[in-house]
Amino acid sequence: MLYNAKYIIPGLVVAVAAFTAPFWLNIGTPSYTYPDVAVPTGEDSKQCVEPKEWMRTQHMTLLNTWRDEAVRFDKRTYVATDGKKWDISLQNTCLGCHANKVDFCDKCHNSNNVQPYCWNCHVAPKGNE
Amino acid sequence: MIVSFVAALLIGLAAWTGSQAGLQYLFGMALPLLAVVVFIGGMIWRVLYWAKSPVPFAIPTTGGQERSLDWIKPARLDTPMTKAGVVGRMLLEVLLFRSLFRNTTTRVDPQNMRITYFSSKWLWLFALLFHYCFLVTFIRHFRFFLEPVPVCLEWVEFFDGILQVGVPTLFLSNVLIVCALLFLFLRRIVNPKLRYISMANDYFPLFLIMGLVGTGICMRYFDKLDVAQAKVFIMGIVHFSPQSVEGLNPLFFTHLTFLSVLLIIFPFSKLVHMGGVFLSPTRNLPCNTRQVRHVNPWNKPTVFHTYAEYEDDFREPMAEAGLPLEISLEEAQAHDNEKSGKPVEPASAQ
Ligand code: HEC
Ligand code: HEC
Ligand code: HEC
Repeated sequence: MLYNAKYIIPGLVVAVAAFTAPFWLNIGTPSYTYPDVAVPTGEDSKQCVEPKEWMRTQHMTLLNTWRDEAVRFDKRTYVATDGKKWDISLQNTCLGCHANKVDFCDKCHNSNNVQPYCWNCHVAPKGNE
Repeated sequence: MIVSFVAALLIGLAAWTGSQAGLQYLFGMALPLLAVVVFIGGMIWRVLYWAKSPVPFAIPTTGGQERSLDWIKPARLDTPMTKAGVVGRMLLEVLLFRSLFRNTTTRVDPQNMRITYFSSKWLWLFALLFHYCFLVTFIRHFRFFLEPVPVCLEWVEFFDGILQVGVPTLFLSNVLIVCALLFLFLRRIVNPKLRYISMANDYFPLFLIMGLVGTGICMRYFDKLDVAQAKVFIMGIVHFSPQSVEGLNPLFFTHLTFLSVLLIIFPFSKLVHMGGVFLSPTRNLPCNTRQVRHVNPWNKPTVFHTYAEYEDDFREPMAEAGLPLEISLEEAQAHDNEKSGKPVEPASAQ
């Protein structure tokens, strides 16, 4: 004997539907792949500041270090692990190579729900240049 | 406590070393899927078990003045009389932890040996903080399960990171949940009465949640995880098409293992209060015991024989014996005649 079935059953149905949402919401959606970002192809821009795998996980902390060094200590060159020297500049260095911000930074950030507030002040390149 | 701590630690270590020894699919996919099945199945079983248990008495708690005379103000939400009132009370309980808000502590003033009661809101405050931080964190994680990510998740992240401290932006829910967890843990350790009544069932979930939160925070701020690749892996699970685990931080699998163990023990531990709060008779019954009779559902159906019926059966012998009757013989006859449509004969005509 189930008491209060008229409350219990709908309650359970709603709860189960909510907890399995990730599964049924994705039925029929195309399978998800790594964001297909537009990697720079120019002659002088074959390599990122640091190795690709490291950049993927650490680019935000790198930017934070850059910002602190430039703004707080007026240190405006960064020596990469391979000894190469880079100007510390979000707009000129990073976006100098990754000029296609919309198809690079934004594409990956959007699919991972990241919204850096940096562009409130820093100037982003307009469109696909 | 020690046992729970060691158990949680071993689970974490097993997952951490295991996922470095090539067992990523075990800890990252098989275990979480099993956990989801156990969690949902277990919760349904628990709720149905409760729903099958009869409530023998009306046992609503009265948190205020019951409805009485017109000029006495009733507490409509704390002592609800109506269904709407009960819904209001449940909402207060589930969303704001109304009954914890009522907590008091007792202290004996050593000078004059008098007992004083203080309102004590700390548990309420930190419990509320903990649950809401957990909810926000839970909602934020949907970015890993949905593509495209709905805008409402952007708003949640925006407000959670509103202070814009550091990169990656510090989430307020991360800071607050750690504070709340520490409070909830320390209160069991510091207060001797609480320590005495605290069992593995209290500590173990707490340690698991600490492990879960700790690994999550670690992956966000310190030992960074390739979030974009984690999403690929997670979307692979929900599409039932396993993706590569290459290059994912072992902490990620430790995180998933803590979560899985938490989900598995959920229906069988005190955590089940998530469903149980809705089925507490002390909260979900209206306080109308003076108006409505609560019938114990396991009582056998009773056959009543009222005094009126008894008098009907024995009216004539009773009248003959001169016993007092509520309805006299004449009245009863007149009533019978009226019912059968015969004209009322005046008694004197006979
Ligand atoms: C409130 C406005 C503002 C915001 C928001 C902001 N910045 Fe800046 N940023 C500045 C200013 C001003 C400087 C100083 C420029 C200089 O001295 O050359 C600067 C300098 C920098 C520099 C070093 C110099 C350069 O030209 O790039 C880096 C790197 C940097 N910011 C990164 C970031 C990142 C990453 C974010 C987002 C997390 C961010 N900034 C958000 C205003 C801002
Ligand atoms: C000299 C040009 C250059 C500069 C400057 C540069 N990058 Fe790159 N970046 C590249 C190239 C080329 C790749 C692709 C590397 C590969 O595929 O091996 C890349 C890859 C990346 C990736 C990984 C993308 C992926 O495939 O998942 C990130 C993230 C990234 N860069 C961020 C940055 C940031 C942030 C800065 C500024 C600190 C920066 N880059 C500066 C050229 C550059
Ligand atoms: C391959 C995917 C990818 C690419 C490409 C990429 N990012 Fe990111 N970025 C991420 C992820 C994922 C995070 C969030 C990390 C987290 O939550 O721990 C992030 C975070 C950030 C943050 C910190 C934001 C915050 O508020 O927490 C900044 C700043 C940032 N990225 C800048 C850039 C810039 C500038 C570029 C382009 C040059 C870029 N990223 C390209 C994946 C990417």
